[in-house]
Amino acid sequence: MTPTRSLIALVIRWCGPLCAGLLVAGPGAAVDRELRPYEVVGDEIPLSLTGAPGDPIRGREIAAGREGNCLACHHMPIPEEQFHGDIGPDLSGIGARLSPGALRLRLVDPKRLNAATIMPAFYAVEGLERVDPYYRGRTALSAQQIEDLVAYLAGLTDESVDTN
Amino acid sequence: MGVMRRFLRHAAMLLAALAAATPAFADPPPETPVRDDGLISGYWFASPETRAIQDDEFSNPGLLYVDRGALRWREPDGAAEKSCASCHDDGVETMAGVGATYPKVDEASGALINLGERVNMCRVRHMDAKPLETESEPLLDLTAYIMHQSQGMPMAVTIDGPAAPFFEHGQALYNQRVGQMDLACTMCHDQRVGHYLRAEHISQGHLNGFPTYMMRWGTMASPHRRFQFCNEQARAEPLPINHPDYNALELYIAWRGNGLEIETPAVRR
Repeated sequence: MTPTRSLIALVIRWCGPLCAGLLVAGPGAAVDRELRPYEVVGDEIPLSLTGAPGDPIRGREIAAGREGNCLACHHMPIPEEQFHGDIGPDLSGIGARLSPGALRLRLVDPKRLNAATIMPAFYAVEGLERVDPYYRGRTALSAQQIEDLVAYLAGLTDESVDTN
Repeated sequence: MGVMRRFLRHAAMLLAALAAATPAFADPPPETPVRDDGLISGYWFASPETRAIQDDEFSNPGLLYVDRGALRWREPDGAAEKSCASCHDDGVETMAGVGATYPKVDEASGALINLGERVNMCRVRHMDAKPLETESEPLLDLTAYIMHQSQGMPMAVTIDGPAAPFFEHGQALYNQRVGQMDLACTMCHDQRVGHYLRAEHISQGHLNGFPTYMMRWGTMASPHRRFQFCNEQARAEPLPINHPDYNALELYIAWRGNGLEIETPAVRR
């Protein structure tokens, strides 16, 4: 990472949550949780949902924090967090096993690959029962957050990383 | 021991336990009893620290509710100037095994009712008193006291006869995926028992310790309050306490644990 890029990353890292905090004022606020159309090709969604690459640093924050809450079910190379679930597969090295497009489909709607999976669809609003009114009609994550996670997970190419 | 002294001791031990709230990453410990029916009390999925609080009669905060329940039991209320004790003596013998059979069908109304609703029916029908608020301290005191009289006795709900349609409805709800997270009870509490959901050790989801003292809330909680919490985690719309769907679900879940010894008051994180 060049000094300029790390500076930008730092700015995003510290200003991102602040801006997000300003946006997340309530269910009617300007949070982008609308479903945009996307195309599935094979077991992938090849194109970015936003048309742009995501930010892996923000992606890591989403994975470790309450919004993505990936750690609820997965071991990940995020050693500063004490508790990692073991419901789903360990995501260390996942970027070496799955393409960005395959990661994207698994985040957006993994039930297209396995209807019985416990993995929630983080970018879907259909086919759900008794959703809390607060979340009804909204995707669990925004298109931008999905892309940030794809960028982060695609970068987890080192199988040797020990998460715990 | 004076009430104040006992309260302070509870408070101190609770704070210490919360400070050390680092559940051990381990399957149910080796001393977990192996039963022919495969049932495991949620007690064995709790951390050793939490189990120690439940086991110690001087630190289990649920026993405060039981003790208060014993006092309320003989406190007259309502126009009839009766107390629970007016009809049921001190409750120690009359209530032994009673809580183990709830929820059950009320013969008069044909509805499936939980223990809290039974207490309130008694108050209205026989004491001419107002029903106690759902999830209120007085009601939890009484349900904790009643369930405590069945401590050590097996859960024994009835699912045939008039209870059968409620049971089937409860079973369907248990297996239905709900919420933005699209989860059914069975996906965790049958299929992933012993796994970790972040720091939470997934149990078989039994009711043999309810009402249960929840350290995260600092209060006892009814089964329905616990269902609401699971629904909130799945981002499903929580139902009101005493909702018929929750009663049906409670019957099905209680039946899954039929045979498990009642532990009320249990303690959980």
